[in-house]
Formats: sequence, structure tokens, C-alpha cells
Amino acid sequence: MQTVTNQNSGGLRQWLTSNTPQSRFQARCGRTWLAWTKLTENRLAMIGLGIVVALILITILAPVISPYNPIAADLTKRILPPSAAHWFGTDQLGRDILSRLIYGAQYTLMVVGLVAITAAPVGLLIGTIAGYFGGWVDAVLMRITDIFLAFPKLILALAFVSALGPGLENAVFAIALTAWPPYARIARAETITVRRSDYIDAARLQGVSSRGLILGHIMPMCISSVVVRVTLDMAGMILIAAGLGFLGLGAQPPMPEWGAMVSEGRQFLLQQWWVSTVPGLAIFVVSLGFNLLGDGLRDVLDPRGGD
Amino acid sequence: MTSETLLSVKNLAVSFTTSKGPVNAVRGVSFDLGRERLGIVGESGSGKSQTGRAILGLTAANGSITADKMQFHDVDLRHLSPKQWRKVRGARISMIMQDPKYSLNPVMTIGDQIIEAYREHHKVGTKEATHRAIEMLEAVKIRDPQRVFKSYPHEVSGGMGQRVMIAMMLIPDPELLIADEPTSALDVTVQLQVMAILDDLVRERGMALIFISHDLHLVSSFCDRVLVMYQGHVVEEIRASELDQAKHPYTQGLLNCLPKMDGNHDDLPVLQRQASWAEG
Amino acid sequence: MSSVTPTRRGGRKRARLLSGPGGSILRVVASVIITFFGLLLVTFLIGRILPIDPVIAAVGDHASEAIYNRVREEMGLNLPLWQQFFVYVNNVLHGDFGKSILTSQPVLHDIARVFPATLELATLGTIIGVILGVPTGVLAAVHKGKWPDHLVRIFGLVGYSMPIFWLGLMGLLVFYMKLDWVAGPGRVDAFYADFIEPTTGLMLVDTLLDGDIDLFWNAVSHIILPASLLAYFSLAYIARMTRSFMLEQLSQEYILAARVKGISEFRIIWRHALGNVMVPLVTVIALSYANLLEGSVLTETIFAWPGLGLYITNSLLNADMNAVLGGTVVVGAVFIGVNMLSDLLYRLLDPRARR
Repeated sequence: MQTVTNQNSGGLRQWLTSNTPQSRFQARCGRTWLAWTKLTENRLAMIGLGIVVALILITILAPVISPYNPIAADLTKRILPPSAAHWFGTDQLGRDILSRLIYGAQYTLMVVGLVAITAAPVGLLIGTIAGYFGGWVDAVLMRITDIFLAFPKLILALAFVSALGPGLENAVFAIALTAWPPYARIARAETITVRRSDYIDAARLQGVSSRGLILGHIMPMCISSVVVRVTLDMAGMILIAAGLGFLGLGAQPPMPEWGAMVSEGRQFLLQQWWVSTVPGLAIFVVSLGFNLLGDGLRDVLDPRGGD
Repeated sequence: MTSETLLSVKNLAVSFTTSKGPVNAVRGVSFDLGRERLGIVGESGSGKSQTGRAILGLTAANGSITADKMQFHDVDLRHLSPKQWRKVRGARISMIMQDPKYSLNPVMTIGDQIIEAYREHHKVGTKEATHRAIEMLEAVKIRDPQRVFKSYPHEVSGGMGQRVMIAMMLIPDPELLIADEPTSALDVTVQLQVMAILDDLVRERGMALIFISHDLHLVSSFCDRVLVMYQGHVVEEIRASELDQAKHPYTQGLLNCLPKMDGNHDDLPVLQRQASWAEG
Repeated sequence: MSSVTPTRRGGRKRARLLSGPGGSILRVVASVIITFFGLLLVTFLIGRILPIDPVIAAVGDHASEAIYNRVREEMGLNLPLWQQFFVYVNNVLHGDFGKSILTSQPVLHDIARVFPATLELATLGTIIGVILGVPTGVLAAVHKGKWPDHLVRIFGLVGYSMPIFWLGLMGLLVFYMKLDWVAGPGRVDAFYADFIEPTTGLMLVDTLLDGDIDLFWNAVSHIILPASLLAYFSLAYIARMTRSFMLEQLSQEYILAARVKGISEFRIIWRHALGNVMVPLVTVIALSYANLLEGSVLTETIFAWPGLGLYITNSLLNADMNAVLGGTVVVGAVFIGVNMLSDLLYRLLDPRARR
């Protein structure tokens, strides 16, 4: 309100424009702090957060903490059982499984990160545009969204990867292509609820363009719900990426991608079970972490959506 | 009013534990009920509905009931097992709720729901129960009972739905009926119709009635006696015929809030409250 | 009390894919057709972005330019893109997905051969999932905040986080290799494989039709592990959704009314509340069924289960695009079909939707 009334009043204006963002920033900080304290009360969510933070730290510190080279083969040390020298044993090429796990963390993080920064903005944009303009724009965009939503995700990702060729980048692209529709739906629903609010009208009366309204006023309102949904979906993305890796369509050898590592260990399953078991457990723990964090975030940021 | 006491309640209290601390919905309510029609009047949140539910032992899971006495005939309502409660509910004490849109099961036919109520307390076959249910639908003045019997709740109007509700709740022949705002969800035009049907049935069957409402005039025209509740307390107990001699300022306030046909057209007075009323 | 209804409606909407709550049957059909065309457009475009030249794949590297051009024309690749799409749609509608390079059979023929195996697996998985998942969800809702509820929550979280292929491997390791409780990969022991008359293609049904009880139990011992694996994922989802639908219903007024009538708690939960829960739950079950059909891709790979999933992955690894795209269209069509079916079933179950 203050920015509206004092827009034209010279000297005061400058003081206000420097002051207003500051107070808005303060308000935002206050809100974040409140959400954070609520989140810290949820023990499961904190465990999830711990796992995610650990994943990030391991990715960054991989060269420092990894005891061996994850790629160099040493055929004298093939499939050794877990020991003090090799905590999780070695694989069929004599590579230390722990080191491969540590280096493999970056691929998991990369998949999640890349899908999130591609699929979420696309979904956000489509959803807000559909919700803001309504009418036939909405009808067309939502029909496309529904079509993608009605597709089987993994099969579609498989078809994409098979056309583009195997590889981590293509896997990420394929997952992103199948991941955006729910975000578009959420963003559209949020947009429709805020579209008619007074502050949007106030901004429009001031001559803010549709583009400015969508980017500056509507999108920020949708972000928290989309973030929650993305966090909840991350576990699913990790699982699809690992599945593609398991089928040999994701990261290619000798990259230590966890899904591919499970697949490589299949041939020794009976005698050397740890070769497959350990990377599978890693996938499980990390996706559990994202699920726990997502659940907690949903309870804090979007209490209505809890089911 | 007969001298025989049907229900005797002493110092009834209902409280709920919520995330914001305990809420005392009913605080020390006492009354005796014979074969008569008792009205309980109050604003929303006064505890009138919770009083009704406590009598049926249907306080929500986060609530607790305490009372020095809650005697229905020979039954002590304070210490009943779930099984004993089921013998009381429906068969001896029943309740009509506010909105038939929500209080009838949407995926069961009306007939099935009425039959269910009857057969829970009478060991009869489907044929006999169907016959009784149709009779009951006729008793609440439904013109085409066969059709309504086979209908789903969404297929009938609000007034019709409430008559169905009355039929369903009266078919096991209870001795006490609690009517919790039975007409406030209905169109004004059918409110009196439904009230008249209810009133007739209560008289015919010699039932006792507890009529819970926010509408003091409606209550006074259908009841013998009125309890006025404010914030969980009974602030006044008065015969319906003597309402114009009400002593408590809250009751007087409630009366004055109503527009009078012959009165002048000044603004209606706003209800005045005093903190001391809530201390009882 | 009335504030409960919007969330109830919202919950139902969330579970529905193809049409809004007020959609007529005509709208359902129309949206199914549009979605199916969308699916064809996407698979068509995937076929176009192939790095492999389909003509060279057909005629080989050493063909002359004349042959190359003739084949290119035969394949319709000289036409404008929209006409090619038209031809593609026309072919698909006539069941023509082209020939598989791997088996040199028409793709549709291949799919008809392998699909029953997938159907059998996913159906059994869903049946187990529903039989166990619905009661579990109901119990969790009735005992909200107590141990059955926590158990369902943990069970669900673990299910959502578990790589299905890894769990399958662990299942094989423990129950087949170590304990020898169940049979290993494949649909029956190799020894029996030639004895079965594929009447329906469903092994459990065929063996019973033949009256061969030994073979039936052999087939059971093969299917039980992969079906339980799929059932776990379906169970986790169904139990969680049942729980949340039940919680909504148990707070409704008609439940209170039923209690006033003196109805037993058992009947209130299993007849009144669950009767209402079944309406949205049908959609959830259909969705989970469709998901299992899809989830069978990884499961079939691990259990050497000769179904559609294994067919698609094998074709994939051999760059057999006709087979991959054909398989994708079929899975997608089944997916859409199951959703439509759930929509129609929903109308049947909910008296309010019948008009």
C-alpha cells in the first residue's frame, strides 16, 4: 500500500524504495524463520534434510574423502568381500565400491538438480500463463498437460532415451520432459486463486504488463507449492534415473552411477551379494531422504495438501 | 408435564483438548426432563449442541464428559460400554441433525438407511422392515413413499430429506428425541411444515423432546420449557408461556433482537453481553 | 462440518486424470480420443528425432542411391511431416506398427504374444495390493496416530523410496537363491515350457484349463515373487490413499447419524464409510493398476518374465525402434483405457454421478 500512495512524492520516494524492499525482505525472513522452526520440530524431516545435506557434502568432497580411484581397474583385487581396506568390498574390476559410491553421488545430485531446474520453471510458466489468461489459452495448455500426465512416465522416458541414445544427459532430458505436467497444474490452480485478488488489480491499474504481473507477482506466489511438489517428486526422479541406469540407458560405464552398479553386480548376486546390495541401499537411502524432507516441507508450507 | 422424570442431568461439563489448549464447551449444566418438550436456546458456541451430543455419548474423540449425574430411566449414562450405548442410541434416545444433505449417507438408498435403523433394534425380516419403513415415510407425510424409498439422498429436496431423517430417527420408537437445529438448513417456506410434522409425531407417540435452536421464538412456540445457554452455562430456565417475564438480561436481549411486526422501524438493538454471565 | 466438503471434492479431483468431476460420458470419450492422438503425436515425433536413418536401417549402408530413394519413397519419408503423421495414425489405427527388426514379425503380432504375461503379472499384483492395501488403509485411519497408522506411513515411505529393480534382486537372492522358497526367473520351469497350450496366454488360467495341477503350482511358484514385488508398491499407494479418504469420510455428519441410530462401529466403518471411500478409491486402484503395467518393465527384466516390458527393453537395447514405439503406444493406450474405465466405473458407483 505504501509504495502505491508514495510513488510520486519525490524525496520520500527514494527513501521508501530503499526501505520497502527491506521491510518486505524482513517479512520474508520472518516467514522463513517460522517455517524453519516448524520444520525442525519434525524429526523425520530433519533426518531427511540430514541425508540430503550429506549427499551434497559427499558430492563436493568426493576427491578428498574417497579412499581409492573410482574408475581405475585393479584385476588383482576382483570382487573382494568387505574388509578394513575396502569397507564395502570391490567390484568385478577390482574397484573400491565405497569410492565408486562416493563419486556416484554427484550423478544422483546432478539428475535431481537438472530435472528440477528445467521441469519446474517450464511447468511454472505454462501453469501461470494458463491460469492468468484463462479461456482458450488455458484450454489448450491444460489439454497438452493432461496428455502428458496421462502418459506412462517410465515408458515415455525409455522411448525418449532410445531415440536420443543412451547417456546421462539424455536421461535427464527424458525425465524432465515427463516431470513438468504436475507443476503446471499446481501453478495454474494457485494462479487462479490469486488472479482476482486486490493486489493484482492494484498492480494492473498501475500499468504493469501481463508479463510483469505473471513474472513479478503471480509466479512468486506459486513457487512454494511447486517447490514442495518438486521435493516430493525428487525421490521418484532418482528412482527413474537409477532404473534407466540399471537398464544400461543412463550413465555409461565406467561412470560409477548407482543404478548401473546394481546392474553390474547382478552376475555375482549369489556369492558376492554386496556388489549389488550396497549401491541399491544408497539409492534407497537418498530417495528416502528426499521423501522425508518433502513430507516435512509439505506439512509446513502447504498444510492443506496433506493426505 | 408429568411428574415422572425421564432424564436427569447434574453438573454436566464437556471440554475439548485442542492444539490451542483446553476448550470448555459445556460448564455445569443441570436439568430434569419429564415427558415434555424442552427447548435449549443459545448462540453458536453456547454449548447447546454439545449438551445434546453428550446425552448420546457422541462427544468427539478429543472431548471428555464429566457429570455428577446423567440418569436416563434406570440407565446411568456416565458409565456405558460401547455395546450398552448401542442399546440406548436409536432405540431409546435419538437425534435429528441439522442438514440432511450431510447427515444422510450419499451412497445408500433412503430405504436402506431407514431399514438399517429399524432392524438394528428389531429382529425382523427385510419384508417386514420394508413395510414399516414405507409406513414411516407416510407418517412424515411423504406423498410417494415407494419412490422415495428407492431414491438416493441427493435425489430429494432439503425439506423432503429432513422428513426422511425424522422417519429414520423415529422408526425404532425412541422415548426421547433430541432435535438439533432441525430446520435451520431448510428454506423458510418448508421450515414450519417440517416443524409441524415433527411436533405431531412427538405428541402422537408421547415422546420427550429436547429442541435445540438459536431461534428463541421458534423454540417458545413448540416447547413447554426453555433453557437459555450462554458460553456453556444455563443462564435462565423459564416456562415458554412466561417468556415475556424473563429476568436475565441475556434472555431479554435475545428477545429484543427480534423484529416485531407492529413495532417501529428503528435499528434492532445489538445484543449486549457481560463477562459476569459466563461465570455462573 | 460443511467446511469438510471442499477438501473431499478436491481429493477426488486429484485422483482423476481425464475429465473434470462434472464431465459427461461424451466428454470422457472425447478427452480419451484427444489424449490418444497426443500419444501418437509424441511417439511419431520420437520416431522423427531418431539419430538413425530408418532407410539405411532397412536397406543397409551399401545400397545404391536409386534403391535408397525408392525405399525412402515406399516408407513415405518424402512426404511433408503432417502427411507422414497422417499415414502413421492411419497405420496405427489399422494395427500396423511395422515389423520388428529383432523378430522379423509384425510388431502387433509380437505384442499380442507377450502382452498376456504382463497382464497376468500386473493383475495379480493389483489383486494382492487391493486385498491387503484397502483393509490396511482403513485400519490406519481408524487408529489414526497409533501404531497401525505409523506402520502404514513407514511402509509407504519405504515403498516410495525403494528402487524396484533392487528390491527384486534382493527378493531373488533371499527367497530363491538362499531359502529356495519360490522358483526363479521365467513363468514356469524350462522343463514344462512346451507342455502348455496357450489358450488365454495367462499361465495360471491355461494350466487350470488343462487340468494340470502340478503345472499350475509350478506357475504359481514362479509368479508369486514378482507379483508380490509389484503388489508391495500398489499396496503402499492404495493403503495411503484409503487412509486419507477414510479420514475424510469418518469426519462426515452421516457417520454421526449412523452412530445415533445405534449401528455397530464395525458396520459404520466397513459399510458406511468404506462404501463412500470406494467411489474415489476405484480411480486410485485403476491408476495403480496402470502404474503396475508400466512398472513391470524393470520387474520383467529382473525376473526374465517374457512380457511387454522385457520386449520393450530388449528392442531398446537392439535399437529396434518400431518395436519400442509400438510397445509405447500399446502401454500408453492401455494406460488411457484404464483411466477411462475407472471414470466410467466411478459413475456406476457414485449415485450422484448417475444421471
